[in-house]
Order: sequence, then C-alpha cells, then structure tokens
Amino acid sequence: MSKDKFDYFIKGEKNKYEVVIGLEVHAQVSSNSKLFSGSATKFGAEPNSQVSLIDSAFPGMLPVINKECINQAIRTGLGLNAKINNNSVFDRKNYFYADLPQGYQISQYKNPIVGEGKVLLDMPYGSKEIGIERLHLEQDAGKSIHDMDPSSTYVDLNRSGIALMEIVSKPDLRSPEEVNAYIKKLRTIMRYLGTCDGNMQEGSLRADVNVSVRQVGDKNYGTRCEIKNVNSIKFMQMAIEYEANRQVELLDEGKKIEQETRLFDTKKNKTRSMRSKEDAHDYRYFPDPDLLPLKIEQKLIDDLKKSLPELPDNKKERFMSDYGLNSYEANVLVSEKEISNYYEEVAKLSDKKLAATWMMGDLFAMLNDKGLKISNSPISAKNFAELVQSIKSGQISGRIAKEVFELMVESGDNPQKIIESKGMKQQSDPKELEKIINEILTKNKDKVDQYKSGKEKLFGFFVGQVMKQSGGKANPQLTNDILKKLLKG
Amino acid sequence: MSEIIKKNLSEIIDLIKKKEIKSEELANLYIDKVNKSKKLNSFINTCFEHTIQKSKEFDKKPNLNSLLPGIPLAVKDLFCTNGFKTTAGSKMLENFIPQYESTVTENLWKEGAILLGKLNCDEYAMGSSNETSYFGNVINPIAKDTVPGGSSGGSASALAADLTPATIGTDTGGSIRQPASFTGTVGLKPTYGLCSRWGIVAFASSLDQAGPMTKSVKDCSIMLEAMAGFDKKDSTSIEKKKENYSKNLKTDIKGLKIGIPKEYRVENMPKEIDELWNKGKSILKDLGADIIDISLPHTKYALPTYYIVAPAEASSNLARYDGVKYGYRSSKGNDLIEMYENTRSEGFGDEVKRRILIGTYVLSSGYYDAYYLKAQKVRQLIKKDFDENFGKVDAILTPSTPSSAFKIGEKTNDPISMYLNDIFTVPVNLAGLPAISVPAGLDKKGYPLGLQLIGKTLDEQNILNVAYAFEKNCNFKNEIKNWWL
Repeated sequence: MSKDKFDYFIKGEKNKYEVVIGLEVHAQVSSNSKLFSGSATKFGAEPNSQVSLIDSAFPGMLPVINKECINQAIRTGLGLNAKINNNSVFDRKNYFYADLPQGYQISQYKNPIVGEGKVLLDMPYGSKEIGIERLHLEQDAGKSIHDMDPSSTYVDLNRSGIALMEIVSKPDLRSPEEVNAYIKKLRTIMRYLGTCDGNMQEGSLRADVNVSVRQVGDKNYGTRCEIKNVNSIKFMQMAIEYEANRQVELLDEGKKIEQETRLFDTKKNKTRSMRSKEDAHDYRYFPDPDLLPLKIEQKLIDDLKKSLPELPDNKKERFMSDYGLNSYEANVLVSEKEISNYYEEVAKLSDKKLAATWMMGDLFAMLNDKGLKISNSPISAKNFAELVQSIKSGQISGRIAKEVFELMVESGDNPQKIIESKGMKQQSDPKELEKIINEILTKNKDKVDQYKSGKEKLFGFFVGQVMKQSGGKANPQLTNDILKKLLKG
Repeated sequence: MSEIIKKNLSEIIDLIKKKEIKSEELANLYIDKVNKSKKLNSFINTCFEHTIQKSKEFDKKPNLNSLLPGIPLAVKDLFCTNGFKTTAGSKMLENFIPQYESTVTENLWKEGAILLGKLNCDEYAMGSSNETSYFGNVINPIAKDTVPGGSSGGSASALAADLTPATIGTDTGGSIRQPASFTGTVGLKPTYGLCSRWGIVAFASSLDQAGPMTKSVKDCSIMLEAMAGFDKKDSTSIEKKKENYSKNLKTDIKGLKIGIPKEYRVENMPKEIDELWNKGKSILKDLGADIIDISLPHTKYALPTYYIVAPAEASSNLARYDGVKYGYRSSKGNDLIEMYENTRSEGFGDEVKRRILIGTYVLSSGYYDAYYLKAQKVRQLIKKDFDENFGKVDAILTPSTPSSAFKIGEKTNDPISMYLNDIFTVPVNLAGLPAISVPAGLDKKGYPLGLQLIGKTLDEQNILNVAYAFEKNCNFKNEIKNWWL
C-alpha cells in the first residue's frame, strides 16, 4: 500500500470495487462483578465456580444492575466523544440456547446508554474519523463445550451474565488496515480509561464484522454480510479480505449478494454461510419488566467526565507541543498508557527527543524480542534516562551506548556503574586526545603530507586510528575538531 | 380445642401471647385437620416434621414480641422455600427444591411464623379456578362441586377450611382477590413494589404482587405488616419505611370520599352483584363516607390489555424452564431442540402453553407494535383514569367478581368466559394500585360474594381502614359446614 494515498480497492474481472466495513465490537467491561449479579468475573476460573442463582436463572431470581458497569459504559462513551443518554432501557432478547440460562439475554435495543460518537485514526495517508453509532450494555452468555465428550455438551456459566459493551461503528471503514487501526485505537482508549482490558486471547474483545462492496464512485451501499464473532485482528483482516473478494467475484459474474450471517473458518481462512436473512431469529425484544428504565443524572456524567484520565488524542498533542516530537513518534509513544508513562518519566530526566529515538529503537526492539511488556522492562525508566543523558552529554558514544544497553538488560544495573566498572567512559579530555592524535600524526607522516596536498579522504583514516588507539572511547566530535586543527597546523 | 382453629389469626396470636396455647399444640391442631381434609386438595406438599420442630423451638424460647409468634402458616406454592419442594403447580417443577428462601416468606419466618406446607395453585399462577394445577383441581369448602377461584385457590380453600390461620398468595390479575371473594375471605393485593418479588416464581413481572389472605381485615393488616418491605434484591421494590398497619387500623371513615365507577356495571352481571354493590354503598354512607359517581373510561380495554401484557411477559419468564439446568427434562429427543420441545410439551399444561403461544405471538416482529406496544399505551391510559379520579376520591368501591364461585369444569373449555372472571380485578394490576376484597354477602345459593376497595398508590392503610369499618358493619358470616370431614 502506498504510504501517502489510500489505495485499497479490489479489481474484479470487470470493475473496480471499494470495500465498506462496519464493526460491532464486544468489549468485556472491567468490573469485579457481573452486570446483574454479584458473581466474580475472573478469567480462567474453574468451570461453573463463578455462577450465582441469578446467572443460572433459578426460579424467582431477579437482576439488579451493577452501578460500576454503568459508570464504565459512561466513561467509555465519554472516551468515544459520544452522547450519553440520560434515559435508556434494558430489553430482553429472547432465544433458546443451552448456555443462555434465562432463555433471554438482557441487552439494550431501542434506547442504548450511549449514542453517537467518533474515533480518530492516524493512517499513513492522514487522519480519518470513524463514526460511532452507539454503545450499549448487555449480558454475555455462557460457554458450550462440545468437544469434552462425544455424546454430550457441557456448559460453563462463568461467563454468563458478565457485562459487555457492544460498540457499533458506522460503515466508515474501508480497508483491513483501517480495521486494524480502529480496533487498536478503541483498545487504547478503553485501556487508558480502564474500562476494558482489551485482551483478545481471553475473549475480552471480539467483533462481528459487516462487509459489503460497491463499485468505486457508487454512492449506495452494497448488500452486506455479517461475519460473526471474530476474535483477533489478524482473523478480522483475513475474513474481510476473503469476504470482499468473494463478493466482488459474485458481482462481476452478475450475481447478487445474499444478506446473511457468515462464520470465519480459521483453519481454511474462508468465510462460510451460517444462516440466511430468512432464517434470522425473531428475538422478540421487549423492555425487561424486572428492571426499571435506567436514569442517569447529568451530575454523574459531569463527575465522571472530570475524573477521566488524559486520553491518547490529547496526550499525543501534548507530546508534540511539549516534547517536540513529530506526529509519528507521538503516536507510537501514546499507543499504550504504560508506554506513555515510561516515556514521560524518561523525558523528565533526559533529552526528550533523544529519549524518544532510543525508546522506539533499541528499547522496543529488545522488549519485542523478549516478548515483554514495557511494565516488565528489565531497564527502569530512571536507568534508561541516565543512559540517554550519558549519550547526550558525550560521556559515551552511541556505539558504546549500545553495549551499555545490552549490559543493562542483562544485569538491570545503573548505566554509570557499568560504564565505570568496564571503563567505557568516552575519552573527552582534549589534552589526552591531543596527545593520542599527535602520536598518530607523527607515526603517519607520509599520510599527513598526502592529506595536506589535497587527499582529504584520508581524514577518515585518521579518525579510525584514533578510535582504534582509544578502544572506541574517543569522543567523536572532539576527535574531529582536534584532528582538523592539528592537520591544518 | 378444635374451636381454636376456627378463630381469626389475631385471636390466635392473643392466645399464644397469653400462653393459653403453645405453638406446638396449635401446629398439631392444624396438622390434624390438614390430614383429614385431603379431599379439598388444597395442599401440594406438607412439611409437618419441620413445623413441629420449629414450634417446639418456639415454645422453648418464645419471642412474644414478634408479629406472628409461633404461628403455623401454609403458603402458596409459588414462593420458593429453602429445602422444601416448590412446584408452582407444574410438572416442570414437581421435584424442584430451592436452596433459597423468598424474601416475603423469609419476612414471615422472621416474625415468628412457621411453615406448615405448600398450597395448591394454578400452574405458574395462570388460571382463575385452580383447575390448571398439575396436582389436580382444588375444591372450595363452600360446596363440593365449586372451584375456589384462582390462581391462589389452594390458599383460599385452606384458609376458609381452617387449615391455616392465614396465608399468602400472589395476584397478577386478581389471583388473591377473586379466590378471596369466592371463599368468603379477605384478600389484599398491595401496591406494586410493596412486597418483594424475589424468590417468587415469576408469571408476569410487571403485574405480579404478593399479598395476604386472611379471615378478617385485622388479620390482613398484621400479615401485610409482616410481609412488606423494601428489598434491594428486587429492582422494582419501593424504598420506604415499614408501616404499622395493624396498630393504625381504625373504623372512623367519616368524610372519606368513595368513588363508584359506572364502567363496572357490566352487561349480564347478576342482579345479586348489583344489590351487593348497593349494600356496600349504603353501609359506607351510613358510616359517614361520601359516595361519588366517577368514570374510568378505559376500563373496558383492561382485560384485552392484560391478556397481551401478562402472556408476553410470561412467554419470556417461562423460557428458563428448558430442561437444561433444573426441573423436568424429557428423556426423549435426539438433539438440543428436540429435548427442548419434548421437555416443554410434556412439562407444561395446556393453559400455560396457550399463554406462552399468545405471548410469543404478540411480541413477534410485525405484531409487536399492533399488540404489545399498543397494550402498553392503553395501560398508561388505564393508570391515568385512576390517577385523575384519585384527585376527587379517596378510594373506589366495586364488586370483586362478576359472579360467585362457579362449578368445577364449568368454564374449563371456554377460556374467554374464564378470563372474564378477572374483569374487575385486572385494571388494578395494570395500574399497580392496592386493592382489597372483603366478604360482603351471600348469593341465593349461599355462596359468598366480595366487594373490592381500590386505593391510591401506597395507601394500603386507608383501604384497610375502610374495609375494617365495612366488615364491622356488614355482619357477614361464612357458612362452611366441614362437609368433607
């Protein structure tokens, strides 16, 4: 893909198509207890160990809203620059399934807690706004386990009743790359807010992907297919790629797209039909009579707004204006709250620009290599700042700094300690350097003459000799200066 | 000694407090009569060992300051009782033993009452004659071929037959008041939200409300005081402080304005009902109340509205009985869907199935707006009718039912005629208001008839007072001859 111009189009046999994508992201609310019961929500607990009488729908059990889940949804809505609805309603979505104990899911249908909002994406071809249609709260279902026994299905209700936020985007996404950026941005925002851990491996974040295609220039949307429950960005991208091409092929053959729900087969990397529009469930939504309409006081919204942390878009701007970073650097450094915190700690104690360069270079490469998160970095922010400062001050050269960095990773030690103990300090004493340089110039009188008669390329040779002589510790800038001065004389 | 159990609850409480009878003696009197009264079929399960054990415990350390000291009570089998079968009158829950106690029954036990047994009711409280119970129909002690009304038919029958000194029922469209009327007893449906729904097998969540069924208005006030109260486990529970209904009971109703809604004079209503209504008016007038004609213009829409809203909620509330987690599961079927179909076909009776079908239909896409949404709008209008009139009057007087107890089997093949029995009680549930049925007279056959007093939201004390004054001046006497013994 070209870096400065959007060019994700699919060329069919006859026509060129644009892909239109909308996402319904299901994000698990970070909360200690479920949406309507007091059960715990820890991931990976023993099956059916976090299940109350309410979660398992015993006769006479009633749901009681968990206020923290409401607050989390409001925070998320505010983070998405969205309208928070003072009045919303919980509805029942009725269907039968073994892992749905009530026989209905409590969700929000016509009146969601959060209305329209927007998310900004930084694409290589500029920033792009993605509209948010709505965010609503709903209960998760349990889990049916079909492969434990050849003749029975087992049900684990630990997840049953856990609060989910369904975040519905407008059909504003146009490529797998944009989907990637969108999911990551949503995740970043929710992690900043602490409203969803965004852990896709644990199922805390999954999405239904709506895909349609239309000829470039066409104003109307094509018929869409919904790909259900995709749980990784990679699979989302592959599913979109496959699905868009499938639709283009059909259209180019003059066939029609049937509106349907499809599944992405992660083994075959294909989508396949799950049910057609005709077979779609009639969920018989109606307001849950066990719950009163949800009224949210404006004061609560205002209070939550005041207590929100700085969000990535604002932080990015601040990093650019306060630390002199460019848009790309700022973007990378705000992508995770922990990274931005680490950077700010380092930048407080060292050169801001150099700190950014070294973090995004050597530090990230090392963390990536070791599969570590920045919160588990073997180098503390303080030590890292000292390293950056010793480069900046000329105490060590960039080359030596890389060695020191490696040793810091191994030992976790303070860079000064390493530099001192290994005698890695840069030779920056002009007198000492002059002495070394004079010796070299005396030894290589012929080369000095050649240089003076115009063979200026030899300058590099002298630098090399100085470095060799000093064990790489000679301050390069100072070496240059002294060499130039002495060669002139 | 058997004269004791004929007494009212308040009198029996006095005997206990004066130590003239022990809880265990009392328990044995009831157990004895319950054992001799199986013909009525008013109990589904009993728990006599528990009753005796608890009454002995009470006698050892009697707390005479509680509202229901050592009083054995049987309750409708819709209330979940910890460790005791709770069937809801259905095969689906024939062997279901809850590991939790409903808030309302818990409140009764905290006040000293002791569980005596679980009373028969229409399946999932769906019925007006107690003929839909999986455990067989209940007989009205008034006459052996009559129904006790429903759905709290077992409760009304047991109470009238002196098998329990008082009891509790649930009222979704008249299920307390109609059987009270049919058996010559007092039944009160409280304001929606006054008694917690937690632990009561749900029929229609926005209408269900538990309430007392007693032999006198005073008993009713004692029971209500014991059952009612805010419960944070029920989101629709009303947060307010407890009231002393029994202590504040009074007969002075001078100057109270009593509304008479003209819409309750329905076509083909027996003359006796009209006469009873007039008798009620004149008694209250003689007591110094002002009788005022009012209009509740949307009354005629109440029954159709109810038969959309209640089945809609029921169709969803009963989805949990699927054979997966607890309750009945059919042994037939090769996959999940077949298991569901067989379980629910075999586990539910015809009336429950009928209402699930109606409810599913009215919520279906394409029909929702025409039925459910419209019904919700009409429900608001019905509520508004009451609200507007409660500016002018303090309570409303109507007949409780359009007829006295009917014959067993008389209406089982005619659901519409059966549903019409709730015509006077249903509007109150739709509006969420409190209403009490008090016995007011006997018809030609000697069957009791009740009058209904409807109150403002949370104005239970007021309708209890009016009913109390009415009761004192009505000289009603139930004629139950213990023919089944």
